[in-house]
Amino acid sequence: MSVAADVVEWFTTAEHWRGDFGVPHRLAEHALMSAGALGVALLIGLPLGIWLGHRGRGGALAINVSNIGRAIPSLAILALVQQAIGLSGWPGFGARPALVALIALAVPPLVTNAYVGMRGVDRDVVEAARGMGMTGGELLWRVELPIALPLVMAGVRTAAVQVVATATLAAVTAWGGLGRFIVDGFGQRDNAQIVAGALLVGLLALVTEVGLGGLQRMVVSEGLRGGQRPVDEALKAA
Amino acid sequence: MRWDWVRDHGDDILAATRQHVELTLIAVALGLLISFPLGLAARKWRRSAGPILGLTGVLFTIPSLALFALLVPFTGLSRTTAEIGLVGYTLLILVRNIVAGLDGVPDDVREAARGMGFRPRTQLLKVELPLALPVIVAGIRIATVTTIGLVTVTGLIGQGGLGAFIIDGINRDFRTPLVVGSVLSIALAVVADVALAGAARLLSPWAAPR
Repeated sequence: MSVAADVVEWFTTAEHWRGDFGVPHRLAEHALMSAGALGVALLIGLPLGIWLGHRGRGGALAINVSNIGRAIPSLAILALVQQAIGLSGWPGFGARPALVALIALAVPPLVTNAYVGMRGVDRDVVEAARGMGMTGGELLWRVELPIALPLVMAGVRTAAVQVVATATLAAVTAWGGLGRFIVDGFGQRDNAQIVAGALLVGLLALVTEVGLGGLQRMVVSEGLRGGQRPVDEALKAA
Repeated sequence: MRWDWVRDHGDDILAATRQHVELTLIAVALGLLISFPLGLAARKWRRSAGPILGLTGVLFTIPSLALFALLVPFTGLSRTTAEIGLVGYTLLILVRNIVAGLDGVPDDVREAARGMGFRPRTQLLKVELPLALPVIVAGIRIATVTTIGLVTVTGLIGQGGLGAFIIDGINRDFRTPLVVGSVLSIALAVVADVALAGAARLLSPWAAPR
């Protein structure tokens, strides 16, 4: 009970909401870093996965990149990237290795899900579209991509949640973000700060997942909704 | 790389590897023990499937450091804290694949089993589970590899096996333990994945190798 009271007190202390070490600033850092990393990863991963799937090439690469990514602990990626490129440089001390590591983590699930989604499009549907006289581009944009979208979006959700989670770990290496509260709390043996940080991080991850789920429902065609959550297919493929 | 450090710390590296394997084995074994009844329940009572997958999904979404951190005030910097978190992360993957595996058993096979006079329990154990095995093992592989990676994070709560080397390397800005911990953790994941894939093939010889 006392932990809960301490946490409430932590959250109601005005000092924890002000300045560069306050909740709003840390939250903004965390969200910006995550969004930036995810944005770059989307630009790399989606075109690659979609193109490979459309052309039906590089399947082993597209599938295995996720398996390899899963085998490398995110803490190890953060630490190794930091050793490799150093701490300083744009966009700020400690932020550069964190950004690079987060991008590296987010790309594999995007590529794999986009590839599996594109390959999963019923061949009969593709043939029918060709029979209707669609060009390769039309086929890609008007048939394959809309049908693959649930899986593509599942990849985006997986990547986004992983980025938010790993950005927390970046506080262990050198960076800020919400993980700072947890890591500093460990250092200071301050349980209230640890739990407060954990609640903020957990909330941000859940909001990300739920928000992207909502986005998915908005962009996926009505005829394709329902049934199993598409990531199941990716799990079975793996 | 300071190879002399590696030579001097041979025993530590061995002990950490053993701890890493132990933490992983316990987590996946407990995860399976919990997931089986959950998976069977989700299939038997279709209404429970949503809440079961939803709840394990929420657990899966919470970042690892946050989950461990939430437990620390209650269970301390202990192995219990590490295992609760690690087990929690296996549940979604395992339950999902158990359900998907059992769902994948053809209805004809079920009919045939019933026609041969199998009771529901025997049918599950002798017919459905063996046929679902490849998909279930696929889940165990993903859960195991994921857990091996997550164990490194438990280094922050004083556990961690090989993760302790990674964290030591970060704290002292000393590359050798960092690389040793990372490489061995990746190697463990690869070995576990290959071994489980081999076991699945041995246990389900009728499934043609792809």
